[in-house]
Amino acid sequence: MSLLHSPANDALWKDEFSVFSADERYVSRRQFSKFLTLASLGMFAGNLWILLKSYFQKPPAFAPATVAQLGEIPVGGVKLFAYPEPQDRCILIRTGEGEYRAYSQKCTHLSCAVYYEREGGRLACPCHNGYFSVQDGSVLQGPPPRPLRRIALEARGDKLIATGLEGA
Amino acid sequence: MNGSGGPEQKRGLLAIDGAMALIIVLLLVQVWLLSATLESFLAGHASVVLPAAIFSGLIFLCCVALNLFVVRLDRDSRRG
Repeated sequence: MSLLHSPANDALWKDEFSVFSADERYVSRRQFSKFLTLASLGMFAGNLWILLKSYFQKPPAFAPATVAQLGEIPVGGVKLFAYPEPQDRCILIRTGEGEYRAYSQKCTHLSCAVYYEREGGRLACPCHNGYFSVQDGSVLQGPPPRPLRRIALEARGDKLIATGLEGA
Repeated sequence: MNGSGGPEQKRGLLAIDGAMALIIVLLLVQVWLLSATLESFLAGHASVVLPAAIFSGLIFLCCVALNLFVVRLDRDSRRG
């Protein structure tokens, strides 16, 4: 029983370029299905690439750098510094006696510089009203998709040293 | 030109359309999965990367199976 009009022993080109419009519909659907499957393979390859990247990526090592003297800034005060590179602006906040937090100043939404809003006790991005927790840098409100990158701090003597990026 | 076809041919076309619609849905899930995985990876959450890759692979296998189904159905329809 033949549903279409191409006999089995026809040449391949007749199969692909049929004179019947119904056959044409079949061919285009088949090609489209093949294209979609190849696109699916591409998505899978993308996931594999991320997987390989996560396995073979070494955590970057950053040289320690002095950020401030202990007691240099008052409680609730801030100091701007650059770490690990001169163009990477960061913000140091003294949240209490002997308590310091430091974050990258770059908002995770569109990279505007965040500032410390003392009244609300949070970090604010003025561009799109994004807010971050001063305790852990997590997103409190607004469009930022990720927490602020936190700078690891260490007190050595009377100096506050930045030792790396947390989560890097 | 014959553009209408019989009821069996229409059923075949319907089955192929259904399979392709399913492939499209699976592909959309894969696109979302890739973007979400990349987002998580860049945010430093590497734990989601392996399950996402496995799931994406399973979706790809489903797409291959559906594609084979479409090809087989098409061949069967043509050969009678």
